[in-house]
Amino acid sequence: MSCNQRDSAEAKKNDVRLNGKKCSWASYMTNSPTMIVMIGLPARGKTYMSKKLTRYLNWIGVPTKVFNLGVYRREAVRSYKSYDFFRHDNEEAMKIRKQCALVALQDVKSYLTEEGGQIAVFDATNTTRERRDLIQAFVKENAFKVFFVESVCDDPDVIAANILEVKVSSPDYPERHRERIVDDFLKRIECYKVTYQPLDPDDYDRDLSFIKVINVGRRFLVNRVQDYIQSKIVYYLMNIHVHSHSIYLCRHGESDYNVEGRIGGDAELSPRGRHFSHALRDFVDEHKLSDLKVWTSQLRRTIQTAEELGVPYEQWKILNEIDAGVCEEMTYEMIHQTFPEEFALRDQDKYHYRYPGGESYQDLVQRLEPVIMELERQGNVLVICHQAVMRCLLAYFLDKSAEDLPYMKCPLHTVLKLTPVAYGCKVEMFYLNVEAVNTHRDRPIGKIPKDSSLIHRRNSYTPLSSHDQVKRPRLYSAGNQPWLPLAPTPSALMPEGLESQTQVGGSCLKPCVKESPMKAQRNLVALSASD
Amino acid sequence: MRGCSNRSKQNQGKAVCMTNCPTLIVTVGLPARGKTYISKKLTRYLNWIGVPTREFNVGQYRRDFMKIYKSFEFFRPDNEEGLKIRQQCASAALNDVRQYLAEDGGQVAVFDATNTTRERRETIIQFAEQNGFKVFFVESVCEDPDVIQENIVQVKLCSPDYTNCNTDEAVEDFMQRIKCYENSYETLDEVLDRDLSYIKIIDVGQRYLVNRVLDHIQSRIVYYLMNIHITPRSIYLCRHGESELNVKGRIGGDSGLTTRGKQFAKKLAQFIQTQSIVDLKVWTSQMKRTIQTAEALAVPYEQWKALNEIDAGVCEEMMYEEIQESHPLEFALRDQDKYRYRYPKGESYEDLVQRLEPVIMELERQENVLVICHQAVMRCLLAYFLDKSAEELPYLKCPLHTVLKLTPVAYGCKVESISLNVDAVNTHREKPEIGPLIDPRLVRHQERCRHQNCGEDKPPLIVR
Repeated sequence: MSCNQRDSAEAKKNDVRLNGKKCSWASYMTNSPTMIVMIGLPARGKTYMSKKLTRYLNWIGVPTKVFNLGVYRREAVRSYKSYDFFRHDNEEAMKIRKQCALVALQDVKSYLTEEGGQIAVFDATNTTRERRDLIQAFVKENAFKVFFVESVCDDPDVIAANILEVKVSSPDYPERHRERIVDDFLKRIECYKVTYQPLDPDDYDRDLSFIKVINVGRRFLVNRVQDYIQSKIVYYLMNIHVHSHSIYLCRHGESDYNVEGRIGGDAELSPRGRHFSHALRDFVDEHKLSDLKVWTSQLRRTIQTAEELGVPYEQWKILNEIDAGVCEEMTYEMIHQTFPEEFALRDQDKYHYRYPGGESYQDLVQRLEPVIMELERQGNVLVICHQAVMRCLLAYFLDKSAEDLPYMKCPLHTVLKLTPVAYGCKVEMFYLNVEAVNTHRDRPIGKIPKDSSLIHRRNSYTPLSSHDQVKRPRLYSAGNQPWLPLAPTPSALMPEGLESQTQVGGSCLKPCVKESPMKAQRNLVALSASD
Repeated sequence: MRGCSNRSKQNQGKAVCMTNCPTLIVTVGLPARGKTYISKKLTRYLNWIGVPTREFNVGQYRRDFMKIYKSFEFFRPDNEEGLKIRQQCASAALNDVRQYLAEDGGQVAVFDATNTTRERRETIIQFAEQNGFKVFFVESVCEDPDVIQENIVQVKLCSPDYTNCNTDEAVEDFMQRIKCYENSYETLDEVLDRDLSYIKIIDVGQRYLVNRVLDHIQSRIVYYLMNIHITPRSIYLCRHGESELNVKGRIGGDSGLTTRGKQFAKKLAQFIQTQSIVDLKVWTSQMKRTIQTAEALAVPYEQWKALNEIDAGVCEEMMYEEIQESHPLEFALRDQDKYRYRYPKGESYEDLVQRLEPVIMELERQENVLVICHQAVMRCLLAYFLDKSAEELPYLKCPLHTVLKLTPVAYGCKVESISLNVDAVNTHREKPEIGPLIDPRLVRHQERCRHQNCGEDKPPLIVR
C-alpha cells in the first residue's frame, strides 16, 4: 500500500491514466500495475478464465490485456508437428519455449509501463517453480504486483469436454482429425505432468498471493489477497461457472414515450408494446426454458411487459434506464433546441458524457456491475430492460469497447439470445414481428468540430481542486423510482381525462416504496457496484 | 433494491413461487478463534444492508441456564452432566433459530458455537433440512499463540464467566477450557465434508478455503468475510466545514466553505498532524465543500461519488421552512418515516445505504482512514459501525466541525467525539411529534394538482 503514499498530488497530475480524464473508479483504485499469472496443466480452463477475466476488467474500466504464450510459440515455430515438441527432455524445444516466454514478458512490460495498461494476464502453463521464479524476478524488477490463478482439475470428463470444445479447433491441428487430436493432446498433457509443481500454500508458496480454483469452481483456496483489485478478481472468479445456460436480453415493449420520441420518463406500454409482451410470452413458451428467471427494472414499461409472461419476475432498480437528468422526457429535437451545447458534447463523447443532473454510460456500467455478477452466477435468465442498459450488458458479453458501446443496435421488440461457447458468446437475434418505432441514433459522421471552446464538463474521477468555479453537475441517484399505486387508482384520484389503470393489470403496479415491514425484510438486496 | 413480484401473484390465486429460503450460518472452531467476533460483525453488516439477521450464541444460553460458572471442569469431555446441559442449550438455541427464521421474518440466523464435532454438525444439518433452511459453515482455524492470547485478553477476561477471577487465573482456566475441545475437534475436511457449503478462514484471513457456494447471499457473505481484518486501526469520520448553504439554512446544493468552514479545515489539518496517524488515507465526496476541506490538509485524497450527500430532488437548496410551505404533505411524510422516505426525484436514506455499501466494504479492507463527508452520509456510516437501527439512523447527531474517531475494540466500536472548537450552525432536526398518519398516495396526487394549478413550467408528468 505504500504505492498510494508515493503518489503525491503532483505525480497524480502527471499520471497518464488520470490525465486521460476518463478512468473509472475501479481503474482509479488500482494503484500499481498488476500481473495475473495463470497456472495449470493444459485443458484446465486457463485461457477461458484469462479471456473472461480480461473482458470483465476492461468492461469495468481497468485496461487489461491477455498475453497467451501459445500464440508466441506458434509465431516462433511455424508448424506444429506433434506432442514431441513439449517433451521435457526436448532441449531445443525447451530453449525456444523459454525464449518465447521472455519475449512475452517484454511485451507485458511494455504494455504496463508505456501503453497505459493496468493489468496483464500471462496465460501459460507456468507449471514449474523455475518458471514462476523467473516471472517473480521480472515482476520485482519492474515493481509490479503479481497474483497467481491456478486451475486444478482431475475430473476426466471436464478435461475431455474441454479438449473437444477448444482444442480440436486450435490452429495447432489444422487437419481436424478428432481422434488423433485428442490423442496427441492427452500426450501433451502427460509431458507437462512430469514436471508439474502445483502451488504449495503450506510451505514454498505461502507468501504468494493466489487463488487456486479446484474442479471448475467447486472449491477455492485463496491466499494473501493484497488489494482492492485482487479482491474483485477473486470475487469474480468465484462467481463464474461453466454450466451451459443462455441469457436473453430484450427491451420493454414499445412505450407511449417511444411513440412520441421522448427519452426517459416512466410511460406505459403502447398498444403495440402490449402486443409485444404477448409475443414474448409465446416466445418463452416456445423455447421451453427450464427454470427461467425473469428480471425487469422498476419502471412501468418493463414491469408491464413482464406481467404478460405469467411467471414470477424480480425487479431491479439498477436496471432502470439511464437518467437523462434535465433532458428527461424531452425529444432529441427539444434537447437540440434547448441545450445545443449539451447536445453537441454528447455526440463528441457519448460514453463519458453525463447529462446535467443525470448519468453517463460510464455511470451506468458501474451501476450494472452487480447485475453482471449475478448473471454470471445464474442459469437461464431473461432480462427485460432499456436501450442504454441493454447496450451496456451486451458490451460486456460481446467485449465491445467504450467507443462502440453507445452505438450498439438494440431495437425494440427484438430478443437477443446469448449463449457462451468456447471462448466467446454466440448471439442469436429474434425479431418478434411486432412493429415498433426506431429509437436508435447512429454515430454522427465526422461533423463534430473538435472545438476547444466547447465546455468540457469534468468527469467524476479526476481529482478536482477547490479552485473550480464551474458549477459542478448535480449527481442524482441512479435512476428515479416511480411511485406505483398499490391498487387500481380510484377514478377520484385520476387526473381528468385519464382512465383508471385497472386495464393494465392492477397487480403489476406494486408499491416499490412503502411495503409492509414484513415484506420489506424478505427482499434480497442487490447493491450498487463499487463506485 | 430487488423486489419480488411473488406476493402480488398470491393475491390473484396464481402459483406461488420460490422466495429465497432462509439461511443458517453455523460457526465452527475452538474457543478464542474469533467465532463470536465474526458472528457479530456479519450480523451487523447483513442488517445494515437490509437482510434481517440475528445471532444465537450458545454460550449465552449456557450462562442463562447455569447462572454461575465454576471452572473449566464443566467443559471436560467426560463430564456427563455438563454434556447434557450443553446439549440442551444448543437445542434451545436451535429452537429459537427456527422461530426466528420461520415465523418472525428473519432471513439469516447465525448459530454461534464451537460445533467442533461432525456429530454436532450433522444434527444441525438435519435440523436445517427439516425446516427448509440452507446451511453455510464458517470455520475459523488459528494456531498462532499471540492471536489467541490477544483474543483472550480482549474478550474473555471481561466475560461474565470470569468476573471473580484475577487475570492469571482466568487465562489459565480458559486455556484448559480450550484443551477440553481439542481432542474431539474434527475440522471441516476436504473429502469427508466435500458436499457441504463452507468457508474456512485460516490464520485470521491469511488464507481461505471456500467450498460449494450455493447462492447470492452466501457469495456476498464470503466476499465480506474475505475483506475484513483485525489489524488495529482507527476510522475518522467528519463532515465538511461549514458551507454557504449551511449558513443560509438550505439543504443540498454544492456550495463552498464559509470563513468558519475554512478555519475548520485548517484546524482539521492540525488535528491530523497531532494524531500522528500511520499511512492515513483521506476520502472525500465529489462536492466542493468536502474537497475544499480536504485541500487544506495538503495530503493526497481520493474522491468518491458514492460519498455525495443525499439527493433531495425537488427540495434541493430549499430551507426546511420553504419545503414545509411548498410541499407540506411531503414534509409530513418524511417525518413519518425518515429512513424510507424518498424525496421526489431524489433519494431516501435507504437508497443511501445501498449506495454506500462499497464504501463500507473498502473501509473494512483499509486501515487508517479519514472520511470527510456529509450529514446524511455520515449518519449511514455511523449506523453501520455502531449497529444502529433504521429507526435511529436518520436522527443520529453528526454536528459540523466535530470529528468522530472510531476504534474497533472487542466486539464493538469505541467512539471518541472531538470537537475542533470552531463555531458553526446547527443543522440537526430532532424527530418531531407525529400527527395522524398520512397516505402517501394522497400526497402525491395532491402535489401534482397543486403544481398544475400553479402553472409551473413543467408539471410533473409522472406521479412520483
